[in-house]
Amino acid sequence: MRRAERHRLRGRLRRATSGNVTVLICTAFVVMLAALAVGVSLLPLADPTSQSALVRLKPPSIDHVLGTDRLGRDILSRVLWGARVSLSVGVGVVIVSGGLGTVLGVVSGYSRGWPSEIVLRLTDIFLAFPPLILAMVTVTVLGNNLFTVVLAISVGVVPRFARVTRGTILSIREREYVEAARALGASAARIIWSHVLLNAVDPLIVLCTLLIPGAIVTEALLSFLGLGIAEPTPTWGNMIQGGQIVMREAPWLTFFPAAAIVFTVLAFNLLGDAIRDALDPTVREGGAAPIPSVDATLPTPAPRHVAPPPTRMRDPSAVA
Amino acid sequence: MRRVGGRLLQLVPTTVGALVLVFFLMRVLPGDPAGAMLGTSATPQAIADLRAQLGLDKPLYEQFVDYVVGLGHLDFGRSMAVRTPVGTLLYQAALPTLLLTLSGTLVSVVVGVPLGVVAALRRGTWVDYGASIGALLGLSIPVFVWGVLLLLAFTLQWPVLPSAGAGDTPVNVVRSLILPSIATGFFQVGLIARITRSSLLSVLNNDYVRTARAKGVGPSAVVLGHALRNALIPVITVIGLNAGTLLGGAVVAETVFTRPGLGRLILDAIFARDYPVIQGVMIVSVVLVVMLNLMTDLLYTAADPRVRA
Repeated sequence: MRRAERHRLRGRLRRATSGNVTVLICTAFVVMLAALAVGVSLLPLADPTSQSALVRLKPPSIDHVLGTDRLGRDILSRVLWGARVSLSVGVGVVIVSGGLGTVLGVVSGYSRGWPSEIVLRLTDIFLAFPPLILAMVTVTVLGNNLFTVVLAISVGVVPRFARVTRGTILSIREREYVEAARALGASAARIIWSHVLLNAVDPLIVLCTLLIPGAIVTEALLSFLGLGIAEPTPTWGNMIQGGQIVMREAPWLTFFPAAAIVFTVLAFNLLGDAIRDALDPTVREGGAAPIPSVDATLPTPAPRHVAPPPTRMRDPSAVA
Repeated sequence: MRRVGGRLLQLVPTTVGALVLVFFLMRVLPGDPAGAMLGTSATPQAIADLRAQLGLDKPLYEQFVDYVVGLGHLDFGRSMAVRTPVGTLLYQAALPTLLLTLSGTLVSVVVGVPLGVVAALRRGTWVDYGASIGALLGLSIPVFVWGVLLLLAFTLQWPVLPSAGAGDTPVNVVRSLILPSIATGFFQVGLIARITRSSLLSVLNNDYVRTARAKGVGPSAVVLGHALRNALIPVITVIGLNAGTLLGGAVVAETVFTRPGLGRLILDAIFARDYPVIQGVMIVSVVLVVMLNLMTDLLYTAADPRVRA
């Protein structure tokens, strides 16, 4: 049954996205970037940290396709190594926030009584902080490496993810097929796993896709502010910060990492949109509000007074 | 009215919880504040004296009581780096940040709402696609990239606007606000345009809109007078819920444009390990976010009579 479900999901995704030029281009871009980020050490490129006083601030040329920076380091190599950091942070935040956020969302959405209350109050507290300031202070507390940056970004994302998950779970919990499963004597774990969560997969996939661009931007921001992963490790954010001083004389220092951020974030946003449209027919018809909502930095929690999102439910007979 | 009271009561545990969280975050920060203040050449005796003076040698619960009592008196302590009361620093910094947050929101609404309306009314045409692509592009360009590009264009290439500071005369205040507002606002334009578009589309399907049309109300009056008023309710919600993100955007813009404000204050404080200031900025930002959320709630109630019931 589970396998059939997966097939249905894949089939719907494929149907909705095949022949869509935007999706093809974005997928190709993301796959290429990921491949380059993984295999960058195998490419015949200069070491991203090797300095040379002879080739400082050289414009793009055959030797240095994207030019060199103030220390004579090759920008192409640094942009690709930076991609590794950005994509790792994106994936890391999805794993940490998606995992923890789903668990908390299920606890607060499915259970009644104190576990739900505790999770709600805790998320309320974390939601009261601007996510960026929370991330800045968390990095200061934990130190700045790849893992702590992922954690620092997740601190702001988890409560938002949990809130959206909770909204979805709440609307599924009251469905007849869940009640039927309960009446048949299914255990809570079984109901949550194979009835509630399975039907919440669509919105969660969309949320996760949209988390990646937000995480990439926040990581770049932290590096730009000098709080993220520090020099000499190249990240897009600290490259832009370094280029800012010589922006007039050597704009390529700023331009290429900035373009890398913009295109990567754009590609993930477009993909997230396409996946949402594929999974949520109400959006395709142009009727309902976009679900889950897209925030440039982080997913917005479902507004408290608005009815839960019109999540498309699968045919219960296909599940039970 | 009862709703407002209820909301206010709900805010109490959130704010208290956030203040407790700030206290503990500050206590787990690495490094010793006293040591950081006196530098590496300080004698152990001097550090111990300063610790006693700052109350850092007391047990944790006593420190917490001091913290709460201080907050009650709006006393945030004294900055370690510049030796000024934190309250004064916060007061000076909050105003420019609030101004920037508001003007950034204004930019995003003024551009985003019309863009969303046009996209909804011309659904499926090139205008719609153009608006969608523009919105998505705006969404994909981070505040600091906007900032750097704007600086390059309007202060280096065509030096027409100031590149730093917040201005001293009213004219200069406005001039210095233009670029940072665009940088913070454009990031949200895409979001607001998308929400306006989808919300207007769903409202246009409502019966009352059809009734208005059937009565012979003109097309623009239907959209602007009837549909848009309801369609903007989710837009208000989203703006309010994103208050924290907007504040974050202002923080970044302050760094790029070298403006005074809460963002510069906390960033400088983080680099100087100036704990009382970090703590103060966190408290103020929590209060601002909570207040902005409350304002959104109230606006929401005012705009949508169904919620009042």
